[in-house]
Amino acid sequence: MKAHDETMMLRTPFHSRVAEACEINQWDDWKGYTTPRAYTEVEQEYFAVRSSTGVFDLSPMTKYRITGADAERYLNRVMTRDVSKLKPGRVGYTIWCNDAGQVMDDGTLFHFGAGDYRLCSYTRVMDWLQWSSLGLDVSIEDETADVAALAVQGPTSCAVLKAMGFIGIEELKPFGLTHHAFENTELMISRTGFTGDLGYELWIEPGKAELLWDRLFTAGANLGIHPIGNDALEMLRIEAGFLQAGVDFVPAEETVREGRSRSPFELGLGWLVDLDKGLFNGRRALIEEQRNGSRYGFVFLDVQGNKPAQHSFILKGKREIGSVTSAAWCPTAKSNIAFAQVESQYGRPGEELIAEIYYQRELIWTRLLAKCRVIERPVFSSPKRRQTPAPDF
Amino acid sequence: MTSSSFEVIIVGGGHNGLVCAAYLAKAGHKVLLLERNERVGGAAITREFADGFSVSACAQWLYQFNPTVQADLNLAQHGLQLAARDLDTIALAADGNHVTLSSTTVHGTSVSQQDQLAYSSFTQQMQKFASLLASASERRAPKLLHSNWTDRITLLKLGLGMKMLGKQDMQDLMRIALINIYDVMQENFDNHLLQAALSLDGTLGTHMGPRSPNSVFSFLHRRLGEVFGFNGPAVVKGGMGELSEALAKAAVSYGVELRTLAAVGKINCNADGVTGVTLTSGEIFNTPVVVSNADPKTTFEKLVGLRNIETGVARRVSTIRMKGNVAKLHLALDGLPDFSGLDMLQQGQRLLIAPSMDAMERAFNAAKYGEFSAEPVMDICIPSLHDSSLAPAGKHVLSALVQYAPYDLKAGWAPVRETYTQLLIERLGAYAPNIGARVLATELLTPVSLEREFHLGGGHWHHGEISLDQIMMMRPFPGATQYAMPLAGLYLCGAGAHPGGGVMGLAGRNAANEIISNSKRANTGSIATTKQQEGNS
Amino acid sequence: MSKRYDAIVIGAGHNGLTNAAYLAKAGLDVLIVEKNSYIGGATVSRELHTDWLYSNCSYVCSLLRPEITRDLELPRHGLQVVPYGGSVSFCSNGDYFGDYPDHGRQYREIARHSIRDANAYERYTADVMKQTRLIRPFLMRTPPDPTSLKPRDLKEMKVLMDAFAELGEEGLADTLRFWTKSIGDYLDEYFETDVIKAHLAGSGIIGTALGVYSPGTAYVLLHHYMGDVDGTVGAWGFARGGMGAVAAALASSLQSFGGEIRIDAEVDQIIVRGGKVAGVALSNGDEINADIVVSNLDPKRTFLKIMEEKDLPADVVRKAKNFKIRGSSGKLNIALDGLPSFNGIPKNSPLMHTDMHVLDSLQRMERAYDDWKNGSFSSDPYVDMLIPSQVDPTMAPPGKHMMTVFVQYAPPRVHGEEWTDADRDAFGKTVIDQIANYSPDFKDLILHCEVRTPREIENEIGLTEGNIFMGELTFDQLLFNRPFPGYAQYRGPVRGMYMCGSGTHPGGGVMTAPGANAAREILRDLKRTNLVPEAYPDD
Repeated sequence: MKAHDETMMLRTPFHSRVAEACEINQWDDWKGYTTPRAYTEVEQEYFAVRSSTGVFDLSPMTKYRITGADAERYLNRVMTRDVSKLKPGRVGYTIWCNDAGQVMDDGTLFHFGAGDYRLCSYTRVMDWLQWSSLGLDVSIEDETADVAALAVQGPTSCAVLKAMGFIGIEELKPFGLTHHAFENTELMISRTGFTGDLGYELWIEPGKAELLWDRLFTAGANLGIHPIGNDALEMLRIEAGFLQAGVDFVPAEETVREGRSRSPFELGLGWLVDLDKGLFNGRRALIEEQRNGSRYGFVFLDVQGNKPAQHSFILKGKREIGSVTSAAWCPTAKSNIAFAQVESQYGRPGEELIAEIYYQRELIWTRLLAKCRVIERPVFSSPKRRQTPAPDF
Repeated sequence: MTSSSFEVIIVGGGHNGLVCAAYLAKAGHKVLLLERNERVGGAAITREFADGFSVSACAQWLYQFNPTVQADLNLAQHGLQLAARDLDTIALAADGNHVTLSSTTVHGTSVSQQDQLAYSSFTQQMQKFASLLASASERRAPKLLHSNWTDRITLLKLGLGMKMLGKQDMQDLMRIALINIYDVMQENFDNHLLQAALSLDGTLGTHMGPRSPNSVFSFLHRRLGEVFGFNGPAVVKGGMGELSEALAKAAVSYGVELRTLAAVGKINCNADGVTGVTLTSGEIFNTPVVVSNADPKTTFEKLVGLRNIETGVARRVSTIRMKGNVAKLHLALDGLPDFSGLDMLQQGQRLLIAPSMDAMERAFNAAKYGEFSAEPVMDICIPSLHDSSLAPAGKHVLSALVQYAPYDLKAGWAPVRETYTQLLIERLGAYAPNIGARVLATELLTPVSLEREFHLGGGHWHHGEISLDQIMMMRPFPGATQYAMPLAGLYLCGAGAHPGGGVMGLAGRNAANEIISNSKRANTGSIATTKQQEGNS
Repeated sequence: MSKRYDAIVIGAGHNGLTNAAYLAKAGLDVLIVEKNSYIGGATVSRELHTDWLYSNCSYVCSLLRPEITRDLELPRHGLQVVPYGGSVSFCSNGDYFGDYPDHGRQYREIARHSIRDANAYERYTADVMKQTRLIRPFLMRTPPDPTSLKPRDLKEMKVLMDAFAELGEEGLADTLRFWTKSIGDYLDEYFETDVIKAHLAGSGIIGTALGVYSPGTAYVLLHHYMGDVDGTVGAWGFARGGMGAVAAALASSLQSFGGEIRIDAEVDQIIVRGGKVAGVALSNGDEINADIVVSNLDPKRTFLKIMEEKDLPADVVRKAKNFKIRGSSGKLNIALDGLPSFNGIPKNSPLMHTDMHVLDSLQRMERAYDDWKNGSFSSDPYVDMLIPSQVDPTMAPPGKHMMTVFVQYAPPRVHGEEWTDADRDAFGKTVIDQIANYSPDFKDLILHCEVRTPREIENEIGLTEGNIFMGELTFDQLLFNRPFPGYAQYRGPVRGMYMCGSGTHPGGGVMTAPGANAAREILRDLKRTNLVPEAYPDD
């Protein structure tokens, strides 16, 4: 391959199957990979996940393999939570900060065995990860292109995997991971996801990717399996209350304007911060912030009416106190949800605020001052997500 | 064994470490100073390098020592004596038409009257600028935004000082502080030796040539000496080691406990800050405050460990620029060398081999690419002319700073030591023809040996380049100014901190003042309880 | 007795034209005098080979202030700027580094060389953008005099200080470091790959007599990043019809306001009578009178050539003598029989439309500078070449091409002697050989080549030493230090005399800001309504 071609848009190992299934032919660029916005129809894809099984190609997700004698210590320096509590065979949701205690990204950390981890992140952070390795015996490899991955999410997802022959998969606990033989290779299955539903993520070498897709869809044929694109996932993650870098916050080291980055406390992620675990990046600043107070609060809002509050200002009375970062109508909860950043003295649960929504009908713009209420947790959370053994539907 | 009866431990007994210790103890704090070598002094040390021949092994001239420090610590009473002071600088010419520079005058057959006049007004103006720099050097570098009253007073004083210069000088300063010494020399003088001699003061000990912007600042930094009462370099009686001895005596007199042959292997810390130190012998001392006299890279990379600090700090530390370029040559001589055209009195002055700024720039070019220059620049001292204790009767010691000899020599220093020493002796021979025959013994300290023996990271004298991007609130790096490092309880008191290198004593004094005022701010007088606050301020 | 004007502008370069246009727009009777038989100064398109149009000095635009383009209605007067993005550096091993305009593709290309660098580039971009945002609002402002206590200066000083204060304590320190650092040291803090560092460092040395490891060059980089085309900061564009189109549009705008242009009119002297400007004397002996004379020449020419020492305060003469204006660049303009091919990239690559560089390491760049210090042109020169005829059909006949090659470094004098024709030819050959190292068919396609050393640039355009920025863009000559401390507000030392060239704030680069800023000060002194637009808010 010529150097020139290496820079063209990349295709995931599932591309042949994705392209075939992508009937409406609408595509996005996700970190340089050609990925479908939708396959058939967004609502249908969304409900596949909420009612049967949806399959999402997450191969473009940035993946780093972190190995070495100091790997745990290293990750404890980088991450705000206590990585030593993450047992082998477990996966953890985590965030990391710069020295100023400002969030760089969130991601999932897979603990395979002693001194062997995988970090999945939305943004690419190789530079930061390398700088963080100074003084430590650890090696960091970008394995994004070496691992193909599918998210299999929804109430029948466990049944689909059982139908594929993965015996005992129902016993896998949330945030657990397990390995199964598959076509002379090893398939890793983790009970993780970005939808708030029962679900799994399947990780395999690229050469076996198409085969995996085919088997999965054969096994799921009678269980309502459907591929889903980026648009459906966006609705799912908002309903389930997941933040996204670049949308709900700016990765700290990429901000240009002073004060545009956010701390974990300001993003409602304080529960991921362990100030007692010892040194980690941002600890000094976060202790300081705890002492002096945060600048912003992050809130989930239940917005009156059915107009999504995208890009809205948030008002208290007539005063502008913040703005919306993500918003969507949630078809399952039948509610209108927004994530917003507000000044820190606002946003107590139950507090009434106002979203200034602009929407257009037949070229006429309407300004709507919609009441909204601060709610304590995301509107969608399936109990199936936490059940072990996992239910069949 | 664990000992915790000390409030402060100072790591390293270089002159700044000693000064810092003395000031802290004088203010009533319990201080332990740990020095790895047999004798204190760091780079200010006297050492016998050949049978009967002793020399100031690293720094060779005293030209910047701060008079306040000297008076505060009663150094004269503790034995500090100068064998010679206010020496001239003689720029050697191959044809014997040397140029002699004193603090305010220049003369020599090749020097035009115009240059002489220009020299006098130039030095006057530099003196004004250096005074301004001196007033900034005697205090901590102010924070600009999160400033408190101390900082605001410093800023006000600086601003006022600028205004007091008058419009013309202020405009000149704004312009030349940023440019290179080469241009300033060309604007002012015609004589090549004169230009070269002055521009050497702007580049000595740095990774800069005369044409490198910032070299005027470096020149002004060197010029602090004139503000501190030195009208030219001085030679310490008994060598620079005697200055250190005097400082040590002063420190001990205030109650500092001083331990030599006590090498700190590690500065201990937990997530909240430092907890003490561990010696290479395994002995542990617990204290709430540790002051490092090592350079910032050594402090963080070797003593604290990069793994024990945050990533951003580690990144800052890793990108500090400190590329040493100076080697040190010591010659034991059978008799006084005959520098052509110099009488004995003149041979006792500071002698320079720096034929022209262009030659210096060419020498610097080699260093940029990891090569040593075949035409090295030399700053020569024959201390035995002033102090007969340094060499057997009738014999002499020659000590020379040699530039440009890059730390990261591509070929490595080991295989070329001999060739290089020979090259230097030949270079000297061009000005003192008989010198080769008089050499009894030689010692070459390359930047690598300087790093090893004097623990100067990168072989850099100043513990980090003295250039505009690494001074004041950027020294040693942003976020680590005002002596308190971004690890609670850890302070830096060496040349890596403001106001930088040179045997001045100010970094040590300023650091001590900062530690003392932080303990006062906590209103208890005790250092221990202030740690959390200052670590987070 | 010839006609008396309200104002005379010396030199019909882009800043002179801009200045005159605003004065004319304000109702002044303005004459602009130009020594050459064509206008534009260094902003010209010339047919030096039949059917080919050469932008033979400046060759691309980015810094051209959009506020002025719009305000003077330059598009209506014929200016069209076609943006292009990206750039490429060729490596001696046959590989290359392509800086693609598409962000995703750029990432993949950097990652092809180093994944770490690809990621570090995000931080680098953010950090440089911080500096760019800091400086951009000041391009259309008059620098304050920090030694002055006048209310306006204090107010402007406060604007400046506030902008710095917004950066935060550590951000402020980082800014001071950026402004005083070398581009080499700065890049070493971000990247590990030689060619990527070399590629980015180019902008730090273009037109500058400093090496990549000379402190101060990081700012020069900024000078190449702070422009914009259509709101995209850092983007560059071709003026359709060559850079002369910029001058032509400005001249047309000027004339629409009633301004006059006289070519072949070289100024011999600015006439000063009774401490006031009285007009200009042309070299043909004509005198033209005006109470206002604006010099668009560089500070050395202005104060040491066309003004008498007796008319000037001593400090101005001294400062003009000490002004750093060094020739360091040369230029080749080449007519090509076809599109050359370059190692590694296909002819239809978007990279072919962009700046193409050679030199794949900082060390090679530093050595190129060592040659300059030593008084010779670089034996392994840095070049920045472009083939605008790919997007601009006016530059060359169909299927043929025009290539502009900017070369760093070329000394103002060769080993202290004037350039000779033989020197110039040797310089041209060195550059052509250099390009041929990366383009096998290049030499065979050459139909005509114009070689410009600092000598040609100075003689034709009147830029002292051939310095393209009318003075080095180092911190000591920026903002309130440009051209000299005390004279940075466009007013000369003699009443009625002004400066409007690139030697004044904010410096060179076909920006038109100095010309406009000077007009604002003149109108202020005349107590006329200011017509010069403010900068677009940059948030």
